[in-house]
Amino acid sequence: MEKTSFRQRFKTYVSHLPHPGYFRAGLVITAIVLFVIIVGIFYMPYGPTELSPDRLQDPSLLHLMGTDKMGRDVFSRVMYGSRVTLLVAMGTMIIGAGCGILIGALTGFYGGALDEVVMRIMDALFAFPNVLLALVLVSLFGSGTFRVMWALGIAFIPSFARVVRSEYIRCKHMDYVKNARLQGVGNLRVIFVHILPNVKGVLLSNLLIGFNNAVLAEAGLSFLGIGSQPPYASLGQMIAEGQEVFFRVPSCVLGPGIVIVLMVLGFSLMGEGIRTASGTLEE
Amino acid sequence: MSGKTNTELNGIWKMHAPLEGEVLRATNLNVFYRDRAKLLFKQNALKQVLYDVNFHIKEGEILGLCGESGCGKSTLSKTATGIIKDFTGELLLKHGQPQMVFQDPYSSLNPSKKIGWLLEEPLKVDRKKQWTGEERRARVREIIAQVELDEHLLERYPDELSGGQRQRVSIAAAIMRRTKLLIADEPVSALDVTIQAQVLKLLDDLHRNLGLSILFISHDLRVVYQICDRVMIMQKGRIVEQGTVDEVYRNPQQEYTKQLLRAANL
Amino acid sequence: MDRKEEVILEVNHLTIEFHDHDTPERVVDDVNFVLHKQEILGIVGESGSGKSMSALAIAGLLKRHALSLSGEILFDGTDLLTCDRERLRSYQGDEISMIFQEPMTSLNPLQRIGHQMEECLRIHHKEMTKKERYDRAIRTMTAVGLDDAEKLYRMYPHELSGGMRQRVMIGAATIARPKILIADEPTTALDVTIQAQIIALLRKVNVKRETAILFISHDLSLVRQLCHKVIVMQKGRIVESGITEEVFEHPEQPYTQALIEAIPKVEL
Repeated sequence: MEKTSFRQRFKTYVSHLPHPGYFRAGLVITAIVLFVIIVGIFYMPYGPTELSPDRLQDPSLLHLMGTDKMGRDVFSRVMYGSRVTLLVAMGTMIIGAGCGILIGALTGFYGGALDEVVMRIMDALFAFPNVLLALVLVSLFGSGTFRVMWALGIAFIPSFARVVRSEYIRCKHMDYVKNARLQGVGNLRVIFVHILPNVKGVLLSNLLIGFNNAVLAEAGLSFLGIGSQPPYASLGQMIAEGQEVFFRVPSCVLGPGIVIVLMVLGFSLMGEGIRTASGTLEE
Repeated sequence: MSGKTNTELNGIWKMHAPLEGEVLRATNLNVFYRDRAKLLFKQNALKQVLYDVNFHIKEGEILGLCGESGCGKSTLSKTATGIIKDFTGELLLKHGQPQMVFQDPYSSLNPSKKIGWLLEEPLKVDRKKQWTGEERRARVREIIAQVELDEHLLERYPDELSGGQRQRVSIAAAIMRRTKLLIADEPVSALDVTIQAQVLKLLDDLHRNLGLSILFISHDLRVVYQICDRVMIMQKGRIVEQGTVDEVYRNPQQEYTKQLLRAANL
Repeated sequence: MDRKEEVILEVNHLTIEFHDHDTPERVVDDVNFVLHKQEILGIVGESGSGKSMSALAIAGLLKRHALSLSGEILFDGTDLLTCDRERLRSYQGDEISMIFQEPMTSLNPLQRIGHQMEECLRIHHKEMTKKERYDRAIRTMTAVGLDDAEKLYRMYPHELSGGMRQRVMIGAATIARPKILIADEPTTALDVTIQAQIIALLRKVNVKRETAILFISHDLSLVRQLCHKVIVMQKGRIVESGITEEVFEHPEQPYTQALIEAIPKVEL
């Protein structure tokens, strides 16, 4: 087999997906959102907290999404806010998936009493909706962007732990695991080097779904006033502030709202594209 | 259900035992299956699967183990490799850890690793010797030639190989660290007849060239006849007959053996 | 069997292509054969030879979008590939039925054995009363060697051994006395002694019920024991066909010779 470029391999990968159209559409939408966020890191038309006397302006060339009741440029704030939302969602996934994989792998592989105890705790956590659990945690830790990230991350652990555990239980009885042990491979190496790569398919679809939930949860929490604190922008908080002027300058609410929708839609479509009818992934 | 409790299971499984001319000797093996669900409530959660099994494998011999599904063939192989620990009796091995080749070539190779990685792994975890990267690759090339595979397959994943090629890789991985005893559990049952013949020939060649001893488990009496020196017939957890292949096939003593031979149209 | 035989199934130029990859993949290529009344025809080949695909096409189980079928399969003067679905459905199970390799998965685990035995009667013979169906099921179960049929009638598949399940499958497939029984590797998952019993049962069904059997297998020694005629397939094509003994004694094609050569020889 000759070496092929990543681009080529990616193209064939996409064309062999169950729903390549969904995946491509999702990819395009996500790319647009990411483009806006990345440009925002280097250049924003106005500072996100910069006040001006031009309050409640309708969208124009000067202010693409108009200005809010304090005269701040909504587009610049959306650029900044979506960066915050994306970072929180990514942080949430890293914490949730990281801890979830660790817990799921160890309990699934070893089983026994440890498994029973840890998984019952996970079940108890899983019984609460993510946002509610995060609210409880935030009220314990206090609010702020990073604390929200931790709270959401912890709230997401059970969902990852459960799928990873069930994959490990399936994999550990495979002949290749028996073979590895006969060759004298240690337990930890079996868990993390031999079995872990086989879990990546299930993990990927879970990450995409989890990412959506994290974006929505972050937006929800900041809408409720928890999370990143004024004057710094976050998408949910902008919607909360904008709702009182919704009928005068709809773009105050629609701007951040559309970005949330696009973020979630992009990842949902990508997730849908790689999912087969049975809900599992095909390599 | 026998009256044994957990503490009484003190079977001996020993590698590097002083055996003369034999690579494996099993004496009075009684193997049990532990029912974990019952373990919580009952002290006695053991179900006997093998009864008073006695056998040995001579140096450089292929011993066949025949029987129908559920007779305990696989249990015996797992006991011999030390995977099952709930047994009484004594199992002595002259050399180190025996390696296994499994029936289903689609589940015995890790699907997310390349063939080259899979073959190097036994050397990476070798406790006796620290292999350098160069030594490992040299050894892999040597083995790949021995099992008659092309070197360019090293860059492939298992699902890009045919069933016969995968089974060759399994065999290669098993003999990577120069194991002396190979336990092959239905190694050709999942293969097409022409491929089956090739893999059998490979096993026979390795047996001759490397002095490999093989415990060859199969339900197919024709295949056993072709490759094995001696054969054991197993029924419901007991060995009912054993002897050289010619003896057993020409002059079966037990009714069950006759029945098996008749069913295979021999 | 030298009298002029009645042809009940005729397959002409059957070609099956998959279209789910960039290049169409031809899995069955211009296959022609006839099946006579009360004949056992064996189709042998290795995995990927197209033998199972041909069988599924004849059973009318291949109507998927990713596939293109051409040629004709004539049963009773009707082309099964082009006839309307109603017509096809009226044949399925009643005139043409099929048994599969895996008795574990081809029975519904949640339905009682009796219910599954009668399924075909319930669909194709609505005029039968419950009592008649019950009697027929019990008679069929006894005929396929299931003792204590009344008790088995109320049991579930998981309570039965593999061999018994395959007997149930054969019973359910033949309860309506079909003209053709397609058996796709029916003994591969079974132990040798059970295998021999199932072969004997198929032979009995063939003789007593006058059912023609299309026996698909990779096991040449089984085919030799059971079949009157044999077709050898390789990569979607028929490479050789003829009376079983003649093909085995004097194989003409190198592939057939290789296949026969590969059977482990036992000389006692």
